[in-house]
Amino acid sequence: MEFLQVLITGLGQGCLYGLIALGFVLIYKATEIVNFAQGDLLMLGAFFAVTYIGILDLPYWLGFLLTIISMAVFGYLLDMLVIRSMIGESQLSIIILTISIGFILRAVAGGIWGSDILSLETPYSGEMANIEGLVIGQEYLVVIAGTIVLSVILFLFFKFSSLGIAMQASSQNQLAAYYMGVPVKRVFSLIWAISALVAAVAGTLMAPISLVDPQMGFIGIKAFAAAVIGGFGSLPGALIGGLIIGISEQLAGTYLPTGFQEITAYLIMFLVLTLRPKGLFAQIQQKKV
Amino acid sequence: MRIIFKTSYLQDIKLLKHNGYIFWYGVLLFALLIAPAVLGEFYIGEMAFIFIYAIAGLGLMILVGFTGLPSLGHAAFMAIGAYANAYFLHKGVPFLISIFLAGLISFGVGALITVPLRRMTGIYFAIASLAFAIIVEEIIAHWKSVTGGLGGMSVDNPVIFGFELDSTWHFYFLCLAILLAVLYCTLNLIRSPSGRAFIAIRDSEISAESMGINLSIYKIKSFAISGCFTGLAGALFAHRLSFLTPDAFNFLLSIQLLMMVVVGGLGTVHGAIFGAIFVGLLPQVIAIAKDYLPPAIGQFPGLEPGLFGIIMVLFIIFEPMGLYGRWVKFKLFFDMFPLYRKATFKRQKTYLKTERVQ
Repeated sequence: MEFLQVLITGLGQGCLYGLIALGFVLIYKATEIVNFAQGDLLMLGAFFAVTYIGILDLPYWLGFLLTIISMAVFGYLLDMLVIRSMIGESQLSIIILTISIGFILRAVAGGIWGSDILSLETPYSGEMANIEGLVIGQEYLVVIAGTIVLSVILFLFFKFSSLGIAMQASSQNQLAAYYMGVPVKRVFSLIWAISALVAAVAGTLMAPISLVDPQMGFIGIKAFAAAVIGGFGSLPGALIGGLIIGISEQLAGTYLPTGFQEITAYLIMFLVLTLRPKGLFAQIQQKKV
Repeated sequence: MRIIFKTSYLQDIKLLKHNGYIFWYGVLLFALLIAPAVLGEFYIGEMAFIFIYAIAGLGLMILVGFTGLPSLGHAAFMAIGAYANAYFLHKGVPFLISIFLAGLISFGVGALITVPLRRMTGIYFAIASLAFAIIVEEIIAHWKSVTGGLGGMSVDNPVIFGFELDSTWHFYFLCLAILLAVLYCTLNLIRSPSGRAFIAIRDSEISAESMGINLSIYKIKSFAISGCFTGLAGALFAHRLSFLTPDAFNFLLSIQLLMMVVVGGLGTVHGAIFGAIFVGLLPQVIAIAKDYLPPAIGQFPGLEPGLFGIIMVLFIIFEPMGLYGRWVKFKLFFDMFPLYRKATFKRQKTYLKTERVQ
């Protein structure tokens, strides 16, 4: 029983990692930029949610909708105004650029909302679901359900909508996509918007579980491990990587001595990278001369 | 404008290219030597701090700037060097041997950790090194018998041949001496075959491999040397802090080190020094500026990291060659005087630098 309980908590946590990793992978696949500020986008999303729902006292769903719209706009503008000028620069410059953006976002969030810890009241928080003797916080079930819904929407979007197909095209070969009339620049900005939107959803789902403060974005570092385990180019891989990490972390926290919970994610990542240097679901092959 | 006639091949790898170098670096060295007699104790302490950063920066520059492997985990080597030094000093090992051992252990760890990392490039390498740093931080926090765990660990003053280095200017000269030694090693390394191999790997792994460079061995070498220098910096940093706790060596320190080499100018030895000066002085400048700014801005809670981020973004976008690049442009302007063309350093904009098969 205890095992199942741990498993479901891990599943919820893993879904959050998976969602953040999904944001990394979306951007990386399309633009080869690794967005180290993804965790801070999540933090910003959580703060928006707290502002709309907690402070302005809007109904939960309206607040949720406003949060994801605000974050999508933010992501779009971030790419249009800052990141776009860096296309073609070395990977290292872009890594440092996004890390710096993370610094700025954290400082700005600290300045606007203060460094006090806030929490988000939701219609479902504090309730316990009792399923055949298993007592699970509703928050975790909502996270799992939310992740499934979002994944299905993203899958349908990339599979069937013409914009989604244009995105796939420009991530496979920019030049060819350009020749086919895909507005690659705008598509990239839209991918940033989607990625920020995913981060906003993750942030809103995470806010009731953990507390909201400017440092919560550091969860993004663990999500990196998830994305790497999944292969960094594969969307399902990112989710599966997140689940692997979330579950094994909870198991390690319960059954192994203290200290292991923090590093399980990285140990698994090292293991996977040593055995398969490109991750479990590698899609990107090495460059030729 | 100065024209140097090359009369022998060895001239190409001379450290001091002409008399101008000898004169100006001589002046600099002289100024550094008499600085403790002229400046106040606070400034001497800050300069020693900058030297420590510069040592770590040189170590990181070998890896990031010359071998092209972006490490996000160099705080781990500082931690290893610091704790190793403090531990051996506690055990009664003389300072010179203990700092040597600290460097050696960092060297060994650097070599060992590259074995799983050697096949990774770019982003995978960055994330794996980040994970390595987090694992090291956790090990330090839990290995209580050696590191004192979260409770921390005090550091004894260094003693060289019975002479205790307890005042600020003693420490200043210790840091300066080690910085000069590391600087000399780095310069020699870069003009040796190994250094050339590093640069070849940075520019293209595939071409380097085709030229007969064994990627694994040179990556291991680069990481080990880089770890060793950073470990030395960590050993000195331990004396500067005088009390070690694991959270002094967190992710932010790694980022600070990386920002240092980028702001200074990637791929140049000068860059590491300029970056160290920049990173060392920035907090002081911000602290002074705080008094003059209106309170609404001056008391802004995240002012320092925020400003740090903004400066980095501006550097990356507008001056990717860093402070040293700015200096080179400035010098060339006067060297060439009326003939300087603005487009000399114009960046070649590539449509896309891809790492994938196209």
